[in-house]
Amino acid sequence: MSEEFFIQGNEACARGAIKAGCRFFAGYPITPSTEIAEDLSRLLPKNGGSFIQMEDEISAIGAIIGASWSGLKAMTSTSGPGFSLMQENLGYAQITETPLVIVNVQRGGPSTGQPTMAAQGDLMQVRWGSHGDYEPIALSPSSVQEFFDFTIEAFNLSEKYRVPVVLLADEVIGHMREKIVIDDNIETIKRTAPTEKGEDFLPYKALENGVSKMPAFGDGYKLSITGLTHDERGYPATSNPQDHQKLVKRLCNKILENRDEIARVKLEQWEDADVILISYGSSVRSVIEATFKAREEGIKVGYMKIDTPWPMPEKEVLEVSKIANDLIVVEMNLGQMVHEVERIAKNNANTHLIGKIGGELPNPDEILSKIKELV
Amino acid sequence: MDSEINSKENPSLKYLRKDRLPHIFCGGCGNGIILNSFFKGMESAEMDFDNIAMVSGIGCSSRIPGYVKCDSLHTTHGRSLAFATGLKTGNPDLDVVVFTGDGDAAAIGGNHLIHAARRNINLTVICINNNIYGMTGGQISPTSPKGSFGSTAPYGAQDAPFKLAELVTAAGASYVARWTTVNPVQLSNAIKKGLKTDGFSFIEVISQCPTYFGRKNKLRTPVDMIRYFKDSTVVKRKADKMTDEELLGKIIIGEFANNNRGEFTKGICNLSIEECGKPTYKKSAYKL
Amino acid sequence: MIKINPNLCKGCDLCIESCPKQVYTKSKVSNTKGVYLPNPENEDECIKCHLCELMCPDQATYVEDEKND
Repeated sequence: MSEEFFIQGNEACARGAIKAGCRFFAGYPITPSTEIAEDLSRLLPKNGGSFIQMEDEISAIGAIIGASWSGLKAMTSTSGPGFSLMQENLGYAQITETPLVIVNVQRGGPSTGQPTMAAQGDLMQVRWGSHGDYEPIALSPSSVQEFFDFTIEAFNLSEKYRVPVVLLADEVIGHMREKIVIDDNIETIKRTAPTEKGEDFLPYKALENGVSKMPAFGDGYKLSITGLTHDERGYPATSNPQDHQKLVKRLCNKILENRDEIARVKLEQWEDADVILISYGSSVRSVIEATFKAREEGIKVGYMKIDTPWPMPEKEVLEVSKIANDLIVVEMNLGQMVHEVERIAKNNANTHLIGKIGGELPNPDEILSKIKELV
Repeated sequence: MDSEINSKENPSLKYLRKDRLPHIFCGGCGNGIILNSFFKGMESAEMDFDNIAMVSGIGCSSRIPGYVKCDSLHTTHGRSLAFATGLKTGNPDLDVVVFTGDGDAAAIGGNHLIHAARRNINLTVICINNNIYGMTGGQISPTSPKGSFGSTAPYGAQDAPFKLAELVTAAGASYVARWTTVNPVQLSNAIKKGLKTDGFSFIEVISQCPTYFGRKNKLRTPVDMIRYFKDSTVVKRKADKMTDEELLGKIIIGEFANNNRGEFTKGICNLSIEECGKPTYKKSAYKL
Repeated sequence: MIKINPNLCKGCDLCIESCPKQVYTKSKVSNTKGVYLPNPENEDECIKCHLCELMCPDQATYVEDEKND
């Protein structure tokens, strides 16, 4: 069974969170993400969940980390300025391996920038925003349906790998209304508690996939959770270089070694393409239209839609770079993903940027004329 | 160690992770006294030790939970109350205790402090106020007395300090008290009351940092510092009748608030009962 | 019986200072860790108030109550 709705992206995200099993939300109002908090303030009490409006975004992410260790799936939503404030605790969630979901409905920056206009300028902030080494997971929806689906996927990935997952949306997707289909049978990944009992359990001893089981506070494990570099028991171990190397490399490798399982792309009309457009999030919508127009004119154009900007789908980007002569990265910033594509494609193809800022989506005709310049 | 020797030990040791001792605190630091007082208060409140979860931020006092054999969350600087708010709301059955310091709670975490008190969430906060940043080497804090010396106040602190117990009382906490490390019995009694209070409890403990505050302020040894506390404390009832001038340089000890008003997590749970007929989920990440 | 755990004591003298019966004195010589341990020289005076246990920042002191036999 399934149901159809005509709703806003932010509303789809809130509904997706409930379906994914999220029972805790803490947040702070910020345009253009506020509707997610508003909807969850209404939906959570109706589903046995808790909603807290915190005093700022720093405490919002702090509260969801605490809630996650209490044994709940937890989420917060924000936009650029709030996402900046969350960076320190995002790193804390990385090193303590705390599953949670952060929705960033991007707006124009830097600073307060353009609160009501779309942008994709936070891509590299997701990658490098918190200090130290870590490998983030980010999903970028390009439709209201995907905002719903990716919210569930974000929770599933966060539980599977015990990591914070960023849902990198933007104002266009957040505020746009589209038809979505919600299926009754939605697969969720449940958290798994350790089978062994008592204080001998090692909360930071990795299993095969680099991840350990996660008990909740109050389960009798006497957990010692710290943002300091720690050993397998969780005890601080800050002065031995080997301890730090072992921990941080494992944290990075559990994502990198599972990259193929996490990374998701959609490739269309690429086999014979001279030019391949690469994009993510709402910019993908212009890319699809430009591809259609180019093909109508007999130009061999294909596109790659990247659903997981982090980790970058390196294998797929490398593959298309060997097919097309030119890769055009379309994004709503002055060049962020383009550097990643350049790095991966090397000399296999020429990499170009259509970087549009100001709040409007890239125009398909702009993309088309760039294509015509190249072929 | 055989059990015979094991049982003949300081009464706090049974609650500690012995494999981590001795702890990192300097000789004569007040943290250990406050930890002892906590266990004494916990025992007299007849709390279930296995149900206690501790949360802390950054600083010397925030290292305390890591030594206690309970679930502990050692978080980022100033944010312990935000993490604790999520933990307690997520599972109100846990007895959540927060250890924090003057820099952690009153400077970088000042906003979270007043908001946690405003919400009146059922947390027991033990704020160890030593008037200095110990872990980073003796910089002045928002509670450093005017004129006191620190490594960032070589000419003496220029600005006025916060009065934390009074601040948190004004913000709406249910239970507030201030004691010093020379009043461990009264302190453990306040901790007992704090643990029993169904609301936000804030116990400020004036404590000694002989290494940094003491050395820079002519109170070189732990003994000098606690003698200074003994000489400077005034009980609140008496202080209420004294003028500001008479109270200059004094430490007011006693209870500042002890009242009952609506507790935060109960409100959230009741809302869930009203809206969907059942209390909020606990540990649902393993089921949903 | 009063015991001081030499592995934990850091020699802060707070037990010496806080004991109402002046049970403790400071050792004349330091141990291998350089700590001048407290010495319960006047143990007969001890009234088992346990204040020294409470005031010991390092959980090093232990005062045994008399057995009721």
